[in-house]
Order: sequence, then C-alpha cells, then structure tokens
Amino acid sequence: MSAHAHAPKRSGIADWLTTVDHKKIGILYLIAGGFFFLAGGIEALLIRLQLMYPNLSLVGAKTFNELITMHGTTMIFLAAMPVIFALMNAIVPLQIGARDVAFPFVNALGFWLFFFGGVLINTSWFLGGAPDAGWTSYATLALNQYSKGSGVDFYVLGLQIAGLGTLIGGINFLVTIINMRAPGMTFMRMPMFTWSAFVTSGLILFAFPAVTVGLVLLMFDRLFGAAFFNPDMGGNVVIWQHLFWIFGHPEVYILILPAFGIISEVVSTFSRKRLFGYSSMVFATALIGFLGFMVWAHHMFTTGMGPVANTLFGLATMLIAVPTGIKIFNWLLTMWGGQIRFPTANLFAVGFIPTFTIGGMTGVMLSIPAADYQYHDTYFVVAHFHYVIVGGMAFGLFAGLYYWWPKMFGKVLNETLGKWSFWTFFIGFHLTFFPQHFLGLMGMPRRVFTFLPGQNLEFGNFISTIGVFGMTIGTILFLLNAYVTAKSGKRAPADPWDGRTLEWSIPSPPPEYNFAQTPLVRGLDALWVEKMAGNKGMTPAEPLGSIHMPSGSILPFLMSGGLFIAGYGFMYHKYVLVGIGMVIFFSCMMIRSLKDDPGYHIDPVEMDEKGVKA
Amino acid sequence: MATHHVSTVLPDEPEKATLEGKNKILGFWLFLGGETVLFGSLFATFIALRDQTNGGPTSQQLFDMPLVAAATLILLTSSLTSVFAILALHKHDLKKMQVWMTVTVLLGLCFLALEIYEFVHYVHMGHKMTSGAFGSAFYTLVGFHGAHVLFGIIWIATIQLQTVKKGLTVVTAPKFYLASLYWHFIDVVWVFIFTVVYLMGMIGGKVG
Ligand code: HEM
Ligand SMILES: [Cu+2]
Repeated sequence: MSAHAHAPKRSGIADWLTTVDHKKIGILYLIAGGFFFLAGGIEALLIRLQLMYPNLSLVGAKTFNELITMHGTTMIFLAAMPVIFALMNAIVPLQIGARDVAFPFVNALGFWLFFFGGVLINTSWFLGGAPDAGWTSYATLALNQYSKGSGVDFYVLGLQIAGLGTLIGGINFLVTIINMRAPGMTFMRMPMFTWSAFVTSGLILFAFPAVTVGLVLLMFDRLFGAAFFNPDMGGNVVIWQHLFWIFGHPEVYILILPAFGIISEVVSTFSRKRLFGYSSMVFATALIGFLGFMVWAHHMFTTGMGPVANTLFGLATMLIAVPTGIKIFNWLLTMWGGQIRFPTANLFAVGFIPTFTIGGMTGVMLSIPAADYQYHDTYFVVAHFHYVIVGGMAFGLFAGLYYWWPKMFGKVLNETLGKWSFWTFFIGFHLTFFPQHFLGLMGMPRRVFTFLPGQNLEFGNFISTIGVFGMTIGTILFLLNAYVTAKSGKRAPADPWDGRTLEWSIPSPPPEYNFAQTPLVRGLDALWVEKMAGNKGMTPAEPLGSIHMPSGSILPFLMSGGLFIAGYGFMYHKYVLVGIGMVIFFSCMMIRSLKDDPGYHIDPVEMDEKGVKA
Repeated sequence: MATHHVSTVLPDEPEKATLEGKNKILGFWLFLGGETVLFGSLFATFIALRDQTNGGPTSQQLFDMPLVAAATLILLTSSLTSVFAILALHKHDLKKMQVWMTVTVLLGLCFLALEIYEFVHYVHMGHKMTSGAFGSAFYTLVGFHGAHVLFGIIWIATIQLQTVKKGLTVVTAPKFYLASLYWHFIDVVWVFIFTVVYLMGMIGGKVG
C-alpha cells in the first residue's frame, strides 16, 4: 500500500448500499430488475393458468385485474428498464473509454429511487390490494369512484419515485456519452450499443416528464379531490390518454433500442465482421428515436380523434418500418459471408431477428386505423406487443447478458445450460404468443378474466398456457446457470469472444478505475483496429498516473428512503410522514451540497486486477 | 493527498474550468429540456381545461392586471439581478456577487408572497383546486411554478451560505452559474404563464 492510496474501507452490505461505482450499480440494477422480472413472471404464470380452461375460477376477477395491472407495470417499469440500465451502466463507460460516469452520485441515487419506488408499488399486495386499472391506468377507471381502495395510489406514487430515478439516470448517460469519451472516440466511432444508450437516454429525457405530469394530475384527482379527469366537474379523460401515450409510445422504443444495440454488437462479434452499414445503423437509430415521438396517438384510434388525426398517426407509424427494416437487413448482411459462431449469446441474437420481425409486421397491421377497430383490446394486441417486447427486448437482453456476463462478473456462463435455456425459452415463447394472434382475431378480448366454452377459444388458450411452462423452464435454467457459473472456479479472460470494442481490452471484471491509462481510439471497433495492426492492446493516450475516484455515499439510499416514507404519508393522508420523509430527503440534499467530496486516489503501483465482486 | 495544489488564481470562467463543472452545466441544460416538457404538458392541460369552470368564477372575473403585472415585474427584475451576480462572478468579485444574489432571493420572496396572497384571494372568491377542472388546472400549473420559485430561493440561499465559508472557487462557481440558469428558466416559464394564463384569460371570451 502506498501512502497515496486511500481505498474506501467499507465492505459487505455497507459497500453495496454506498457504492457509486457504475459497474456495481449495474450489478445492483441487474439483481433488483431480475427480482422484479421473477415477480412479473409469476404474475404472468398465474394469468395464464387462470386462462388455461374456460370458466376457471383459479384467481377470480378481482385478483385477475390486479395481476394484469401489476404484471404490465412490473415488467415495463421495474424489470425491463432496470435490466437495460444494468447493461448500460456496466458497459457504456467501458465502451467509450471512460473511467467513470459523469455523475456517480446521481447514478446511485437513480438506482435507489427506482428500487424504493418498485418496492412501494409491490407492498400494495400486502396493504389492501394491488392497483387494478391496467398498466395504462386509464381514467375514469382509475379514479376513486371506480378503483376503490388505495391500489392505484400505490401505482401513482411508486411510479413517480421510480420514474424520477430513471430520468436522472438518462441525463447521466447523456452527459457521460457527450463529455467523457476517450480521445479519438468520435460519435461516428461509437459502438452501436453506446449509440442506442444515447438515443434511449434522450427519449427518457423527453418522455418521462409527460408521464410525471400525468401521474401528478391523477394523484391530485385521487388524493386531493381535483377534477382533471372527472367529466362531471368539467374534467377530460382524453388528457390522461395523451399524456400517458406521449410517454408510453417512446417508452417502447426506450426498451427496444438498447436491444437493437446489443444485437448489433453480438451479431458482428460472432460473425467476425464489422457491422454492415454502420452509418445507416446510426441514422436509423436516431430516426426511430425521433419518429417514436410522433406516433403516440396510434394507441388512441378508437378514442374518437376523427379520420384526419387517425390517418396521420397511422401513416407516421408505418414510416417507422423503414428504418427498422434497414436495421434488419444490415444484421442479415453482417452475417452474410461471416465466420459465424453460435454460442448462446448469438443464438438469442439470431432468434431475435425473425421474432422481432413478426412483431413489427403485426405492428404495421395495427397501424391501419380501420383495421385497428377490429384488433383493439383483443389478444391480437397482446400477441403483438409480446412479440416485440419479449421476442425483441427480452431476447436482446438475454443475448446481452450471455455476451457481457464475463465482463460483469469475471466468469463465462455455462454454454450447455445456456443452449438448453435458449431452446426451451424460444419454443415456449412462440407456443405462448403465436396462438394469441388467432385468439384475438377470433374476438377474445384482453383484460377479461375468463372466456366461455364452445367459442373455439379452448385450444389456443390451452396451448398458450403450455408455452409458458417452456419459458418458465428456460428462466429457471438461466438462474441455475448463473448459480453454477458463480460456483465454478474458472475465471474469464479479458477477451473471451475475440471482441472488437474497447470493453474487451481491459480485465474481466474491470478494476474500479476501468482503464489504467485512457486509451487512444483509432477507428471504429477500436480494439479490432489494434488487433489488425498487430498490437497487443490499446495504445494509451496518457502517461500512467494517480487516479482520482469519487467516494461512496449512503445519501442516495437515505434520500430515496425519505421519498419512500413520504409516499406512504401522501397515500394515507398522514402528513407527519410526508414531513419526516421530506425532511430526510432535503437534509441529505443539503449535506450533499454543503460537503464537498474530496474522493480518493489510486496509485498506479498498486493497480492489479481488483475488480467488482458479486 | 499532497499532489494537488489549489491555485489561488481563478480562471476567467471558473464555472467551466473543471470537467465536473462542464458536466454539471451540460447536465443542467438537459434537465431544463425535461422541465420544458413538464411545463409544456401542464400548459397543454391548462389550455384544454381553462373554460371548464363548473359553475365557479371564470378567469375574467378572477384575474386582476395590477397584481399580475407587479408579480411579473418583480420576477423579471430578479432575473436581471441574477445576471449582475454572474457578471460579478466573472470579475471574481465575491462581495458584489453575494449582494446581487441576495437581492435576487429577496425579489423571489416578494413574488412568492404576492402569489400566496393571490391564491388566498381566489379561494375566497370560490375558485379552488376542487371546485372544477379550471381550478385544478390553474393551481397545478401556477402552483408548480411557484414551487419552483420556492426551490430556487432555498437553493440559492444554501449556496450563498457556502461562499461565506469557501469563497469563490472552481467548485462553488458552477453552482451559482446553474442556479442563475435555473432562475432564468423559471422566469421564462412565468412569461408564458403571464401570457397564456393571465392575458389570454383576461381578454379571451368564452371559447366554443
Ligand atoms: C414471461 C412471459 C410472459 C407472459 C406469459 C405474459 C403474459 C401476459 C398476459 C396473459 C397478459 C394479459 C393480457 C390481458 O388479459 O390483457 C399480459 C399483459 C401484459 N404484458 Fe405480459 N407476459 C409475459 C412477459 C411480458 C414482458 C417481458 C413484458 C414487458 C417487458 C410484458 C408486458 C405486458 C404488458 C404491458 C401487458 C398489458 C397489461 C395490461 O393490460 O395492463 N409481458 N402478459
Ligand atoms: Cu405505440
């Protein structure tokens, strides 16, 4: 130990509660998001069991409403987004050659806000009933008159807290990517995953404030007797729909763009070729991000906006098929003539392509307003969006997890278990959701807790439920794989896949400062460029020197806990609790502002392969 | 730790002298982009609901030019004084900066006092959060702005305290710069509120 180094002394649980290291925060996001994924999955399983046979009363109507609401809400806000954030946190700074993110403290705060918001929503199960107005929480259904009890209040307050966390996380990524790239890492040399993280963060920044406002208005209506959505008092329910979907449609691109980014990395690495049409990929990503904002009202064709609005929003929606098509062809052309390998990561990536394409095609069908009157609120829609978000995003996440697991944890996931998990999940997925297209076309409505015999809906529903068992087995195998891998003693090399981008140039898992010396980037696929030039690794852009790191802090945890307490206070009109929570929140903010963080230094002599541990 | 030496000479634009400072400023601009969407959504809601008085007083009956004009004048002046503060910062004149920032905070407090008076007055006239959609939309939009003003006041006051202890450094300078950006933003939002809520509410007849 040299005299210069002041390593943080925390260990164990205290270390995780106070960490501001983006790699550890990535792991926290993965664990918490994974946990909520399981909760949402169990909810899905129960929904499907209830629908296995006609006229079942396994859970009943009331619980069914709670289950679909919590399933949708959990999956979108508490499972999918956090796991994306897990990968973005773990990988983006490495891909751009940065030592850290722009705001490590804010990064930790973002995580804890999400976590406490998610816990708040889920405690509703034990405190008088979960939200039951659907994940879209449409007024008037979500107002006090129709949704009695405090279920929807949990939804409103929990999402508000979690959403705040997402928003500041998005800003953090934007600043990190704009300001902290290594020398030579121009925008047009950035890996596609980083590009997609960039565009996604931009979407978060402009989409989340809309739902923030929507949630505030709904909260005022429910808790303080305001009249935004109450038609009897001059309110207007369509305002909720607009605010919700101005956020909600970009949200699906917030989910899918990172998956696109992952697929680009994985397909190119395992084809041993540079990504075909890189600049058109960048352009397509940005264009999809932009168009994602212009089409929200395609969720409202049946609201009565009139033919002109319907036509315009329908056409704008169809336009998105163009950049998306460009991406699909570029992936195919990347594989074309490549030396393709099929480890599990690439199986998921290749499985993604046709599956997502099917989801995209049903999307174009839905964008025809006249046809949507037929599909609206049927299982056709359920089939469509699960093809997109499970077949697209979840496959993408699995591909990313198998691909980057060695970088995050220093161990390569077991391939045999991985392949079993892929095939059971893949087959289970198509068995579950493919029949739902036909169920929908035959008129089976979504969000209804049962169906009648003798309408030809039995077979499709039965198969659909069987499929869920496949996905369940696939998920269990994945968890088993994580466990087996953690137990095994084999450590991953720095570059297990013969990778192309910067993250593979440093040890697995990376030391806390990421790069001992900031690398000099000399082209797209920075590491590959060096490999082709016959170099052992990256050329450093700076001399070896002492590295300054921010110190950990418990404040993000406490601040989020403060809002968590205040949330309950609002819900139960206990203003003492609101006061206590807010005092905690603002005092922590004050402490943060008054006390400058000197951080600590790591001296190059003691740099070894100390990495994150989990 | 001995490797840093804190230079006593401040650079010309101390708020942008470090990477932390640059990051903060960029992050703050982005944050203001998000705030724009937030206020945009509130404005849209207000415009959709402003005639839904549910039998309560209309905006023509409520609003009163002298009061709103005074509030506007005060807030616009406070933006100007915060500009003076930043000019002083760039001259590294700590005393002057503190004075101008204090004036800014005081003007902000005057504005808030007027707003509270205004709200109380309206409630007496039967215009409440719960009296109809117009009331809900009005108090939410204008109240959100007011809450922003309050937050700004507390924020600036806190960093004022810091300069008493720490003086003007590359750490405190970005904080003032951001606070003044924030203050201008609040002011711009108010100009829109003045136009959309008050002016349009006073002259516009019932639409539709
Ligand atoms: C694991 C396999 C999954 C199964 C078996 C499943 C099944 C279902 C079922 C049966 C419904 C209810 C349809 C209805 O009656 O309206 C539903 C709704 C929904 N699912 Fe899934 N789902 C799964 C995964 C996911 C994932 C990964 C996501 C998102 C990331 C997701 C998002 C949604 C949404 C947003 C709804 C709408 C909820 C609502 O109507 O409020 N699902 N799902
Ligand atoms: Cu959409």
